[in-house]
Amino acid sequence: MATGDIEKSVSELHELLAHKDISSTELTQTYIDRIHNLEPDLQAYLTVLEDQALAQAAVVDRKIAQGGVLSSLEGIPMAMKDNMCTEGVRTSCGSKMLENFTPPYNATVTDRLQAAGTILLGKLNMDEFAMGSSTENSYFAKTRNPWDLEYVPGGSSGGAAVAVAADEAGFSLGSDTGGSIRQPAAFCGVVGMKPTYGAVSRYGLIAYASSLDQIGPLTKNVRDNALVMNAIAGHDLLDSTSVPFEKPDYTKFLVNDIKGLKIGIPREYYGEGIDPEVAKGIQSGIQTLIDLGAEVSECSLPHTEYAIPAYYLIATAEASSNLARYDGVRYGYRAESEDVLGMFKTTRSEGFGPEVKRRIMLGTYALSSGYYDAYYLKAQKVRTLIKQDFDQAFEEFDVLLSPTAPTPAFKFGEKSANPLAMYLSDITTVPINLAGIPAISIPAGFVNGLPIGMQLMGKAFAEGMLYRVAYTFEQNTNYHTLKPSMSREVLARGSR
Amino acid sequence: MVVANNYEMVCGLEVHVELQTKTKIFCGCTTEFGGDQNTHVCPVCLGMPGALPVLNREVVNYAIKAGLALNCEIAKFSKFDRKNYFYPDLSKNYQTSQFDLPICGKGGLEIEVEGEKKWIGITRAHMEEDAGKLVHSGETISTSNESLVDYNRAGVPLLEIVSEPDMRSIPEVLAYLEKLVQILEYTEVSDCRLEQGSVRFDVNVSLRLVGEIALGTRTETKNLNSFSSVRRCMEYEVARQARVLDAGEKVIQETRTWDEGRGVTLTLRSKEEAHDYRYFPEPDLTPLVIDREWVERIRKTLPELPGARRARLQELGLSAYDAGVITQAKAMSDYFDAALVHYGDAKALANWVMGDLTRLLNSNQCRVADSPISPQRLAELLVIIDKGTISGKIAKSVIEEMYSTSKDAQTIVKEKGLAQISDEGALLGIIDNVLAANPQSVEDYRAGKDRAIGFLVGQIMKATKGQANPGLVNQLLKEKLA
Amino acid sequence: MKISREDVEYVAALARLELTEQETQEYTEQLNSILDYAAMLERLDTSDVVPTAHAVPLHNILREDQVRPSINHEKALRNAPDGEEGFFRVPKIV
Ligand SMILES: [Mg+2]
Ligand SMILES: [Zn+2]
Repeated sequence: MATGDIEKSVSELHELLAHKDISSTELTQTYIDRIHNLEPDLQAYLTVLEDQALAQAAVVDRKIAQGGVLSSLEGIPMAMKDNMCTEGVRTSCGSKMLENFTPPYNATVTDRLQAAGTILLGKLNMDEFAMGSSTENSYFAKTRNPWDLEYVPGGSSGGAAVAVAADEAGFSLGSDTGGSIRQPAAFCGVVGMKPTYGAVSRYGLIAYASSLDQIGPLTKNVRDNALVMNAIAGHDLLDSTSVPFEKPDYTKFLVNDIKGLKIGIPREYYGEGIDPEVAKGIQSGIQTLIDLGAEVSECSLPHTEYAIPAYYLIATAEASSNLARYDGVRYGYRAESEDVLGMFKTTRSEGFGPEVKRRIMLGTYALSSGYYDAYYLKAQKVRTLIKQDFDQAFEEFDVLLSPTAPTPAFKFGEKSANPLAMYLSDITTVPINLAGIPAISIPAGFVNGLPIGMQLMGKAFAEGMLYRVAYTFEQNTNYHTLKPSMSREVLARGSR
Repeated sequence: MVVANNYEMVCGLEVHVELQTKTKIFCGCTTEFGGDQNTHVCPVCLGMPGALPVLNREVVNYAIKAGLALNCEIAKFSKFDRKNYFYPDLSKNYQTSQFDLPICGKGGLEIEVEGEKKWIGITRAHMEEDAGKLVHSGETISTSNESLVDYNRAGVPLLEIVSEPDMRSIPEVLAYLEKLVQILEYTEVSDCRLEQGSVRFDVNVSLRLVGEIALGTRTETKNLNSFSSVRRCMEYEVARQARVLDAGEKVIQETRTWDEGRGVTLTLRSKEEAHDYRYFPEPDLTPLVIDREWVERIRKTLPELPGARRARLQELGLSAYDAGVITQAKAMSDYFDAALVHYGDAKALANWVMGDLTRLLNSNQCRVADSPISPQRLAELLVIIDKGTISGKIAKSVIEEMYSTSKDAQTIVKEKGLAQISDEGALLGIIDNVLAANPQSVEDYRAGKDRAIGFLVGQIMKATKGQANPGLVNQLLKEKLA
Repeated sequence: MKISREDVEYVAALARLELTEQETQEYTEQLNSILDYAAMLERLDTSDVVPTAHAVPLHNILREDQVRPSINHEKALRNAPDGEEGFFRVPKIV
């Protein structure tokens, strides 16, 4: 396998496999070697499945040898955020609570990727129970941003973004409750899609906030993203909130043409917290789209500022209930105690980290008697207003555009002292989850050597439209082809 | 009911009924009773991380059916909510239940106590999941050092039926419960196996001075599983509250538990704070929109309910009491109706069903549904009695034989030669012999002693081993002696 | 102050969390600052707004009443911190 091959996209790797230029075993081994090389610095993986991956690759190679025709993801090594259940493979959710939890079943996405013939390299680091924006809340490790090891990779799908950015996986799956795919994708310079709520099954995704959680792909480019969506999206009988929609072939939308498309720029997404350099970068991206024929104008989503409190009340309320099951009885961490009450309390106090406990506290409070109407119910009503903002905007626009995050990646510890400040930086991503609509983050430039992301939002089930705009932008820019220097160095080291 | 010292009792009930579906409410695990511990479980009912519920359609159908039978309004829009509380038998530490928009709204049923009819209101009925079972190492929960958890029952569908506080006496409570269980059994929404815990009762009781309008402070005693426990528990609780009030103290609003062995209610001592269930809409399930078409479809499946059946049987000539006994259990009522198809005399049929058949079933501990004598065969027996093929007396031995051999009446009569002698010629010969042998009786009869004829009939029956047609014997004798 | 120390202790008890002295203090402050921020929601008149519980409106998602195989015993108990003869074991309840 040639030195540069590992940087190749899924569709390019597919060609190499199909033409027998490389075998899936070779490809998988290359990824495993690279993981071994990079992991001491990056710590994107919580579990590496060397033997299992090679065994899966051997199956694909046998098929190739027998002249079988490979489907688009067959034989491609990938990895999953560690909150998607994998039967027989530890699924920790980044928590001490599930340090030794081995699910007895597969998530629907796990089954679908397995059916697509992909090779599972391992499970990826994340903020504990997906609560966080920097992956610093993982119980196990601090994942580093390959563009600068002093910086966080974003979160909560930090491992998933880093694995793709540093070519430790062909693609990855992350989950997004309030920006957890898009923000790390932006911080690490990869493509990340948060699909429409109900487009990808949540069955087997360890819940943070059920009405907001969605699984989506992180990839090196837009085409790969569409290919992975082809594999994972679609109705699932095991998830009552999965929508029975007609799943398109998402690659059909990959056309280099946005002439006449109407793109709205919601002015509320450029509030006080936004880094002027980021704003400048996005502005130049907008100019690119205008040059390509898009009709761009400003618009308003008036309830945007209410999204943060609404989001944190709804998400934590649901989380407080979703995380009640971790009590030391059926699975997971357990602290011994005289009686059940003591066992519950000690188990939960020792098994959960501080951010998880903080959110359980907030959510429990928001639901408790006397406060439900003022907090939870109020937040749900505000959610309606936010949804209506989007409905109105999409009557006029095909796509809305904003920076994915107000700033590029920040340094470790920079925001962890002040939870509220950390929450506020989610302003550009959480409204999308509240509305249930799809949004994609694509690489759109650099600020001080760190990548920034452009977010495109569409109406429900308009992923295809997002892919079209994202693909066109990508075809006319080169940000997605740039690689973090450390990964080039290690690449050189590895090939010696 | 006015209890000692002029208190009036006020009672409302919550009844949890396990619905008779094949699978659990949110997963495909079987609801079958028994089975080794933790073998009817899956990621969903074990509350595994990531597992999600999907609602069983049949649970909704049963809930609608029960609601219709209990005269409830069926909601057009209904949803599930999470009831959050920690307990080791609850696999997610929340119960998926219904809070503000239950599937069944206001309804009620009529009871009758000592000839007085009364309407007992039903506030609501909602769907929810059952919890698992705790097995305690010691004798009771409080004397156990540890407990074992079995989640086989976790996720079995329940309908919780909440009554208004409309009952004023223990007989009213029992009448309500019997009627309720009867309706649930008739509609076949539940197997109503009380001994397996498929119906459980929570009893809310309070006392107030007679004439008082405001309600007194109530206690709730949870998880009773038989009518007799309900009765004993209420007797105890009413007396206890009366004692408390007599002593000038206040009844504490609390949840209590019934100690069957000691026959007392006890405070459920828990270190738990006041209940704060933090209900919120279940985000993993979608709401239910129930159109009228759906409701009407279910209404068509409603069987004739016990009240209507009783009225019909009374019209056929049964006494109110007999009609009540026959329709008490659906299986018996169904048996009766099936026999009625083949034999039209309802009253005679009721006598046999309530008499010999019930006696045979009881002494063999057999359920009527499993009776070795089918309704049709019982009807055939009654037909040949009416035809005069056998006498009622012989029939009593025939039914015994039918029960033990599962043969039909005709076959038994034929095999044993039990058919009545209705041949006039044959009977006349025997009559002549008997008259010749008993001149004294003949003389007595002719002298006006009517009773003497009974003796002569007896002699004739004896001579024919009971097979003589008694009506014919009487007629021929009277002709001879005239 | 929207939320008192006692509130925090009450909520911790509801959530089955045992907080250290320091955590209690920290959470009291942090929850207050978050709730102060959330107070901006009061500015919105939502009296005529219907709450949104599900982003994508679906209803009557139902499955047929057909038995599916349960998982085997070993799998059900595999992750149990304490088990005995196919049961999950817990310390005394009251
Ligand atoms: Mg209940
Ligand atoms: Zn199950």
